[in-house]
Amino acid sequence: MAEIVIDRLGKVYPDGTRAVDDLSLDIQDGEFLVLVGPSGCGKTTALRMIAGLEEISEGTVRIGDQVVNGVPARDRDVAMVFQSYALYPHLNVFENIAFGLRLRKLPKDQIDRRVREVAHVLELQEHLTRKPGNLSGGQRQRVAMGRAIVREPRAFLMDEPLSNLDAKLRVQMRAQIARIQRDLGVTTVYVTHDQTEAMTLGDRVAVMKRGVLQQVGPPQELYDHPCNLFVAGFVGSPGMNLICVELVEDDGRFRVRVGEQYLDLPDGLLHRRPALRGYAGAKVVLGIRPEDMEDAEIVGSTEGATLTSVADLVEAMGSDVLVHFPLDAAPVVTEDTRELARDTGADETLPATDDGVVLVGRFSPRTHVFEGQTISVAVDTARLQFFDPATGTAIHDS
Amino acid sequence: MTTTSQKSPSVVEVSVSGAPRRGMASRLLSRLGSGALQTVLVLVALFWMVPVIGLLLVSLRSEADNTNSGWWTVLLKPAELTLDNYRGLVDNDVLVRSFLNTVYISVPSTLLVVGIGALAAYALVWMDFPGRDWIMVGVVGLLVLPIQAALIPISQLYGALGIFGSILGAILFHVAFGLPFAVFLLRNFFVNIPRDLLEAARMDGAGEWRIFRRVVLPVARPALASLAVFQFLWVWNDMLVALVFTSPDSAPLTVALRSQLRQFGTNIDVLASGAFLSMLVPLLVFFAFQRSFVQGVFAGSGK
Repeated sequence: MAEIVIDRLGKVYPDGTRAVDDLSLDIQDGEFLVLVGPSGCGKTTALRMIAGLEEISEGTVRIGDQVVNGVPARDRDVAMVFQSYALYPHLNVFENIAFGLRLRKLPKDQIDRRVREVAHVLELQEHLTRKPGNLSGGQRQRVAMGRAIVREPRAFLMDEPLSNLDAKLRVQMRAQIARIQRDLGVTTVYVTHDQTEAMTLGDRVAVMKRGVLQQVGPPQELYDHPCNLFVAGFVGSPGMNLICVELVEDDGRFRVRVGEQYLDLPDGLLHRRPALRGYAGAKVVLGIRPEDMEDAEIVGSTEGATLTSVADLVEAMGSDVLVHFPLDAAPVVTEDTRELARDTGADETLPATDDGVVLVGRFSPRTHVFEGQTISVAVDTARLQFFDPATGTAIHDS
Repeated sequence: MTTTSQKSPSVVEVSVSGAPRRGMASRLLSRLGSGALQTVLVLVALFWMVPVIGLLLVSLRSEADNTNSGWWTVLLKPAELTLDNYRGLVDNDVLVRSFLNTVYISVPSTLLVVGIGALAAYALVWMDFPGRDWIMVGVVGLLVLPIQAALIPISQLYGALGIFGSILGAILFHVAFGLPFAVFLLRNFFVNIPRDLLEAARMDGAGEWRIFRRVVLPVARPALASLAVFQFLWVWNDMLVALVFTSPDSAPLTVALRSQLRQFGTNIDVLASGAFLSMLVPLLVFFAFQRSFVQGVFAGSGK
């Protein structure tokens, strides 16, 4: 076990492509850090540089007390779980797990004991003599995990290990990975493009975009205080609603104008985001999390914290109801939102109709909203987020 | 995943009971159809094997019988069958020595070609060095070089080196001309081995040599086996190279059998049994390796 310190790490390919730019991360001993971002954001390249499978162009990687830039992968004493599992097809489960130990020439009885221990933890005892070809996807995934665990390495590196499993199995394995990591206390760097995985697994989550680290912090901090539009849109599902609005100052009271409607900003919010005052009379990007909106029929409507619209689409999820409704506001189009849209394959972050931008609210299942109905939406104005439309960064202080 | 479902009996049962029931007539027709097909296939196979069977029967009859009547008559008179020719073969010093020479030439030529070819292919696929692609182009270019064009220059070279007429000379020639195809074939196979597999071994602590020996070679077994069989057959059956580069002492079976031809008379007893023996070995090699030609070696390594 060891800490991993990444200092100003960069990767430039011979053709000039820059995959990772000036990445610095301090991963504590025993910490579970998740690198997350859309495909092509450089997260896997960063992981492979830590592993030693990719040459480091700039900066340093330190594992424990040792700068490992020049150390070959096999001597770094870290284990990696691959997206494709990469099991040795000619070896059975036992031999697959034992492979690394045999290379280290451990005594036979010790290998046997350790492999069986790991097989027990991963519930693979009955499959030890089977070849990978005769295993299900979930079992293969566990063998891949076993191969990493059995070596008791200084760190685990995981490259989207769950992306080939079906949704239900993924949730199960996610819990298992979290449990194993907690029990073993091994420093873990986990790469994924799935923000749910990132949020549920990570002690801390690092969001990357185009090779550049956007924000790193505990999952809840990223969720509650995204540093820019990209993180705001990427973290959370459904994503944060982002619309372009005007900030109006009226007798010392601050309000945002959404079409012909107004939302009053509570004093507490202005107190937390003093810089907001400087945007009076200007355009800002307003961010509202779906769960910060509720059917006003249920919670009651407050003057200055309610929006009126017509329900466009109602999706009952069982535990909650997602209501899509248009608002007369301009969609946000910045480099960040374009990047987010590219990731989901859409043209814009929020679909726009003739009536404006469509927002998604997460209502309680007690709501009786139906499609085409005029609805009042109560907004938790204390939790509104604001971003600078020009730079895309969050508007906080100064 | 298909494998698992095939192995689980319950799944098979379900699919059988779920299949639509067919009428007796159509079932009978399909039985008949497959029966007819099998008969035709067996007949074709037999027809194809007539020369081989003929050769075998000729080798099992005495020279006098062979001169007097055709080999097929033995089918009615099994009493004519005798192992005398093979006994004579064992006593024939020239043929025994040439048989051993064939083994001495074929086995090292095959092992060297497979071994060196695999090493070269590994380097050409997995190691980064300048001029790698040009070397591959060169290898492909060598594929089209006809053997005949090299006979005279190589003879001169061997003469200068003093290995003309030796087994070593024949081996070196076979290795040199077997390698381009070996490298080409193995490289194309290695390219399809998932990179993750090698990287996983690297993370597990393996160096290049161990990755080669413990991951790439076992995974590439089907390709190695086919290459070995091809190369072995080619060297075993070769006559041209042996005729040019070996002396009577180092000549393989193909050349020795030819030297057994008499000016008057066929010497069929020696030739038939010798030829059949020389055919038997490649057949055995083929059947020994055919287990390795299993497809789907990567099954289960990935998703």
